[in-house]
Amino acid sequence: MNRHLLSTADLRREDALLVLDTAEQMARLSDRAVKKLPTLRGRTVVNLFFEDSTRTRTSFELAAKRLSADVINFSAKGSSVSKGESLKDTALTLEAMGADAVVCRHPASGAPHRLAGWVHGSVLNAGDGTHEHPTQALLDAFTIRRRLGRLDGLAVTIVGDVLHSRVARSNVWLLHTLGAKVTLVAPPTLVPHGVSAWPVDVSYDLDAVLPASDVVMMLRVQQERMSAAFFPTEREYSRRYGLDADRAATLPEHALVMHPGPMVRGMEISSEVADSARSTVVEQVANGVSVRMACLYLLLGGADERDEREVTR
Amino acid sequence: MADAARRNDGPVDDLGAPLGDAGSRTSGADGEDAGSDRSGPGAERVSRTVLAAADISRIVSRMAHQILEKTSGGAGVVLLGIPTRGVPLAARLAARIHDVEGVAVPTGSLDPTMYRDDLRLRAVRPLRVTDIPDGGVDGRVVILVDDVLYSGRTVRAALDALAEYGRPRAVQLAVLVDRGHRELPVRADYVGKNMPTSRRESVAVRLTETDGADAVLIVSPDEPAPPAAGAGR
Repeated sequence: MNRHLLSTADLRREDALLVLDTAEQMARLSDRAVKKLPTLRGRTVVNLFFEDSTRTRTSFELAAKRLSADVINFSAKGSSVSKGESLKDTALTLEAMGADAVVCRHPASGAPHRLAGWVHGSVLNAGDGTHEHPTQALLDAFTIRRRLGRLDGLAVTIVGDVLHSRVARSNVWLLHTLGAKVTLVAPPTLVPHGVSAWPVDVSYDLDAVLPASDVVMMLRVQQERMSAAFFPTEREYSRRYGLDADRAATLPEHALVMHPGPMVRGMEISSEVADSARSTVVEQVANGVSVRMACLYLLLGGADERDEREVTR
Repeated sequence: MADAARRNDGPVDDLGAPLGDAGSRTSGADGEDAGSDRSGPGAERVSRTVLAAADISRIVSRMAHQILEKTSGGAGVVLLGIPTRGVPLAARLAARIHDVEGVAVPTGSLDPTMYRDDLRLRAVRPLRVTDIPDGGVDGRVVILVDDVLYSGRTVRAALDALAEYGRPRAVQLAVLVDRGHRELPVRADYVGKNMPTSRRESVAVRLTETDGADAVLIVSPDEPAPPAAGAGR
């Protein structure tokens, strides 16, 4: 394993599989009465969140607490950051407090990467701008493997606002590493520049792709990141790229419908599909805790390598 | 037992015949397969077979009988193997108990990794499967099964892990090999073979289920190495 988890693009296949296998053992914990493990006792994990997040922050917090780490939540609102402190000064403050790991979410792509160069502890990227969200991709892969038994050779279709989606980017790299075949489906305006360099197929026609998909991953349309009009109306977007019951019926019997959340029901996904048996939305949240426990264990559970100060990329 | 005569307690360094077993899994540090990552290229090793397949088979039979005797016919017994090689050993004991007495003893596995006291002394360890049989451990006689008993630290960790799954009526320990050098007050209830060793050596248990064949070997470094090479931490 690398010392940090910043991106899935630099995650080797064996490391990705190690995370998934470890998460499998962590998941078994939720079946037993005492869910706590002593493994990271005495370690400190800082949740450093510069962007609103409930799901990811609580998931990381629960994962760290289940491993007996001490957790400090540090959010930009109501902190020294709102008084004008720089990321670096914040990082050095956390460092001085003895943080063994920093879980960082930031609106700027690359912020966790910068952070990794400033602190001794491990940095886990919990979403940076429109760049990456590696633990989300790992939990998606974990969910697919649990449901379908494998990843190799599966056809995964990622639909929607790819342009603004760090989830899509992380999934593209991870799923490619794990042997799945990824197809992106989006309005032309929401397909990123440079997508031809990605290991994916691109389509603008959802109906053509669905019958051959083992997994459909719906993305939220990120209105808050949109600076221009990328499509005429929400209704038109929904008609062409939303997953409703009629469309879902064209999927193969075994196919999964995934969504990283938060869902906008009626926009990219209809309630009927979101609540159907093939939807993994709730499972994804539960699996998120197991996968984040696995990441924290693998990054913090072994010998302290603080002496080898290095940056992964 | 053909090998009994070779099992002597004297100096062992001179007895070995070199084996080209680069991929062998040695149980150096307290009886778990931590040896494989130590036997890197260039680590010249000398190993000798201490127990052959037939010996292991007889030992497992005897231990099964001892378990039946001590637990009055195996009532309420749960066998939990400590991965990796404790798990097939537990299954073999269960099968032998079934042959003798017709009782089906629940069998599972217990991975103590996350309860170890040496996690931060080494690179991170991969987790193994924990599989507690249906019916749990509450009120049962849990017999932990491992291949090699050494420092006792794995067993201590396993006791902690076990406590999270319930409160057994009693916990016992069965090991194929007791190689001595305890660092904690731990004692096995059922011992396949007491095997005095030097800390520099490793005991390698091989089982058909995990390694393709049954054997127990003592592996010594080729040249006497001053630091405790085979002794782990």
